[in-house]
Amino acid sequence: MPNDYAHDPGAGATVLTTQTSIVENVLNLARKSSVWFLLFGLACCGIELMQTGGPRADLDRFGSVPRATPRQSDLMIVAGTLTYKMAIRCRLLYQQMPEPKYVLSMGSCATCGGLFQYSYSVVKGVDKIIPVDVYVPGCPPRPEALTEGFMRIQDLMMRERWKAKMRPRTEKRLGVQYQVPETV
Amino acid sequence: MTLSPEEIHAKAKAAFGEAVGELQPPAKDAFFTVTPAKIREVCAFLKEDPSLAFDFLEDVTATDHHPKEPLIRLVYHLFSYRHRHGIVVKAELPRDGASLPSLDPVWKAANWLEREVYDLFGVAFEGHPDLRRIMMPDDWVGHPLRKDYQEAGGYFDITNVRDSALVEFRRMDEAVRAAAEKSAATNATPATPATAPAAPAPAGGAQVH
Amino acid sequence: MDELVIQKLGPLSDEEMVLNMGPQHPSTHGVIRFVVKGDGEVIKVALPVVGYLHRAIEKIGEIVTFPGFMPYTDRADYLAAMFANEGYALAVEKLMGLEAPPRAQYCRAISCELNRIASHLISVGTMGQDIGALTPFVHALRERETLNDLIEELCGARLTYHYHRIGGVAFDVPDGWAEKTLRFLDRFERILDEYDRLLTWNEIYVKRLADLGVIPAEMAIDYGLVGPNLRASGVDWDLRRDLPYGCYRDFQFQVPVGKGWVGKVGDCFDRYYVRILEMRESVKIVRQALEKLPAGETMHPKIPKKVKPPAGEAWARVESARGEMGYYVTADGVSEKAQRVRIRTGSYLAMGVVEPLSRGMMIADLVALIASLDVVAPEIDR
Repeated sequence: MPNDYAHDPGAGATVLTTQTSIVENVLNLARKSSVWFLLFGLACCGIELMQTGGPRADLDRFGSVPRATPRQSDLMIVAGTLTYKMAIRCRLLYQQMPEPKYVLSMGSCATCGGLFQYSYSVVKGVDKIIPVDVYVPGCPPRPEALTEGFMRIQDLMMRERWKAKMRPRTEKRLGVQYQVPETV
Repeated sequence: MTLSPEEIHAKAKAAFGEAVGELQPPAKDAFFTVTPAKIREVCAFLKEDPSLAFDFLEDVTATDHHPKEPLIRLVYHLFSYRHRHGIVVKAELPRDGASLPSLDPVWKAANWLEREVYDLFGVAFEGHPDLRRIMMPDDWVGHPLRKDYQEAGGYFDITNVRDSALVEFRRMDEAVRAAAEKSAATNATPATPATAPAAPAPAGGAQVH
Repeated sequence: MDELVIQKLGPLSDEEMVLNMGPQHPSTHGVIRFVVKGDGEVIKVALPVVGYLHRAIEKIGEIVTFPGFMPYTDRADYLAAMFANEGYALAVEKLMGLEAPPRAQYCRAISCELNRIASHLISVGTMGQDIGALTPFVHALRERETLNDLIEELCGARLTYHYHRIGGVAFDVPDGWAEKTLRFLDRFERILDEYDRLLTWNEIYVKRLADLGVIPAEMAIDYGLVGPNLRASGVDWDLRRDLPYGCYRDFQFQVPVGKGWVGKVGDCFDRYYVRILEMRESVKIVRQALEKLPAGETMHPKIPKKVKPPAGEAWARVESARGEMGYYVTADGVSEKAQRVRIRTGSYLAMGVVEPLSRGMMIADLVALIASLDVVAPEIDR
């Protein structure tokens, strides 16, 4: 299998290198124009997520609507601080989402634990639990910043091959070994 | 009629004698200490007495005095809507095997407030109807707000350490490179990631706990 | 992991079932979970399970310095962060034995009341949304965006303000801001009338909420409810009027109390409508404060760089959007860090009332009850 994800010394991380055909472009265009995201407001960022879906920033214009169930969503926006007690549920929700699935980590708490480095109950970054595609910094990020992060997810979708219906397994993609959890 | 802390203390002292300690600094929020075993009787008196009528239990919390004294002090903030006066009542407990009667029969608000103190300080409340952990998961070890609490280093397989972004990225890169080299060795095909220049060795990046 | 909750539910008879609601649920207002034992649609008991957003803010208060804790208070109640700031500032000021200058107190009152409007807008909007009316929420967000712009101009942040500091406020009111605010308030009063037409007196909405989740006054006091939830039960109590702090002595305003507008006193509709009326009162307070705004400093001149209060303990409380918020701060006089910071919040005790109220309720009504109590997850868990 050709390696779709290559190491880019300039970026210092793995990037997508796939070439897509015209047919795939059309299919991806359809895919990226109807990204349904899982309404997963955990903390403060959840309010900014609501405002992003609200009348001014209006995420609806990207064809993106919030869904309350993971079974119908393509994108999980992890908006807020993740605690150990919640982390187990977060992983469960991620497993319930259908492939191909994407994760956007919103705010510094979800990205690295943020302000709560000293906390005994906060997970230091949601990427300790599930693989993340796009990180949006800020505490909390403004709606404009979240929209930008959302468009990066769309870019990612445009570069993917239709043939690869399943995205590569997380370990391969990020080069990090994640323990596949037992459902609790 | 609004009573001053001195008058409230005098009434409690008259009713319970030795079980009620002296009134502490009258400057800021005045408080007095009560023998733990008597706390429910004293609080019931403070609530029932018509001239005191403390109908509102504002807060129950605790303070740990670990290195200086082996004590946990329970702090009760009481307030009366009828008379508009307030008082702070404290109870001193030993750190090991701390336990005292629950105030749930007196004020229903004590139910949840005491559950929190139980969870975070490990104080047992006798006669509490529902003494379960409330903030932490049921299988959590230790009581986090105690001063000598040590983190267990995560929860199940989730570690509580995060390196700086540079260190974390370098670790990811090295894992990718190792995987690519391994596949190159087995398949004997040129692997693209292996062309990346070797990153300098990690120079002890900042560790954030 | 959930054995203890299931144990607490007790044995199930043939017709009964256990329904898990949350922690990821669109109408639980954040990460709160309810384990419901029901007979079909009728709830036998609903047990709230909280702690999914316990971020150890109280422990962090013992690790960071006094001024360093202020950003964490923002996160303790993100919908009404101004009040959380103010409560902590008042507690530390009480420890240090000083008071903010008059202009700073007015700035505090103005920012707090604007924040109260913003917070109640979310509460009112989500109330409609949870019952099934999706439009009011979008209307509420529209007004909130304008408010956010105003507050951003004042303090530079949209949500987590960090505006109140120990000894005053961070920034003075910018030029031309007062006129902008007054223009907004003029428009907002008309919009409140629109809400009344659109939502409040809508027949479906009224029938849905009348006589639902009635909390009598004695029960409200016994369970430690505060703020709008307490006032909706008919208890005429408001810290701003009865034990005034800051500059609230200078303002004329009414305290709305639940009257049983469509049903019994203390039902869900009362809790909703008290909030609508409170927004009108907040508008009045902001107008008066902008008019009377005194000249002078916005920061106490004697605040040292290293805040080190004398040994002692202080209890300060403010009337937040979700009711009384109390801070208990102790200092030992030697260290720059607090020995203990305790935040007493309204939402935490409001959750305690769900279990007794839920008995015999329909499952769909539980959502309305939670929405009417206006709980937010970080205030419960901290």
